[in-house]
Amino acid sequence: MTNANLFEYLLRLADDRLVLGHRNSEWCGHGPILEEDIATANIALDLLGQAQLLLKLAGETEGQGRDEDALAYWRDESQFRNLQLVELPKGDFAFTVARQFLFSAWNQGFLEALTQSKHEDLAGIAGKALKENRYHLRHSAEWLIRFGDGTDESHRRAQTALDELWPWTGEFSSEDQVDRALLAEGIAPALTPLRPPFEAMVRDITARATLTVPDRPMRMTGGRTGRHTEYLGHMLAEMQIVARSHPGAVW
Amino acid sequence: MSDQWPLWEVFTQPPGGKPHEHAGSVHAPDAEIALQNARDVYTRRGEAVSIWVVPSATIVASAPTDAGPFFDPGNDKPYRHPQFYKVPRGVKVF
Repeated sequence: MTNANLFEYLLRLADDRLVLGHRNSEWCGHGPILEEDIATANIALDLLGQAQLLLKLAGETEGQGRDEDALAYWRDESQFRNLQLVELPKGDFAFTVARQFLFSAWNQGFLEALTQSKHEDLAGIAGKALKENRYHLRHSAEWLIRFGDGTDESHRRAQTALDELWPWTGEFSSEDQVDRALLAEGIAPALTPLRPPFEAMVRDITARATLTVPDRPMRMTGGRTGRHTEYLGHMLAEMQIVARSHPGAVW
Repeated sequence: MSDQWPLWEVFTQPPGGKPHEHAGSVHAPDAEIALQNARDVYTRRGEAVSIWVVPSATIVASAPTDAGPFFDPGNDKPYRHPQFYKVPRGVKVF
């Protein structure tokens, strides 16, 4: 039973990173400027690396012989456990930056807490990811400040992105029986206490960016149980087509 | 507004206490972003332990026409080079 919960939990963490990494990678060759193209690809590669470690551990936990590639390429939409926020199309660059900021701001507190996990491998992955996350947070926060406090157009785009994204962040801190079971075993951190520091960080950065956090109700959740937006299926089709067309191919 | 951000020169320090070396240049709107861009473009594979960024416009450079007066005089005065001295015994030569 423990293993079933842990497998589920590892998929959630891995899929957040796999899907967001893929969305960020869509900027590769299309970035607004060469340096930012490289920076976004770097963040995508960091997230992909985290996803790889987590999926590998998930496969070992499951014990059915599935490795990280099997889990990444041979699961369908309803078997993905990522937050809905990360599967939304990349939008304009302000949207990509604002989403990365919200994700990294949440993960700063979350990963710090996860390094205290009693599961040694998971705590180790959290420690590695935390280092990378610090940079993702710094990079995306600095850009959000510049967009918000920049030109009329950059301010408008950043505020529009924040208005659209904020209601999706409710899913960050919503807990279910998987979280609670692993919390009881000391493997996973409690999510609810992480919410106030996350919101404080978002309000601090948005205030410096002259942006406002919208007063909008949170959306329905469902990503953690495989209910996704219309966008994930299309993204997975693109992400998985090569692996599925040439099973077992290596290069 | 010009369509290109200002250019910054990037200097990275390799591990092991060696001096900073010129790595290349990046475009950036300000110092913090220049530092981040330098990190992303030049140090992603453990090449550096420290980065300097300097606005390219603040670097004063010699011109190609300075080459003669600046550098030629050293070429024909071998006595300027210290290779005529014998290294005393007991001094370790690296």
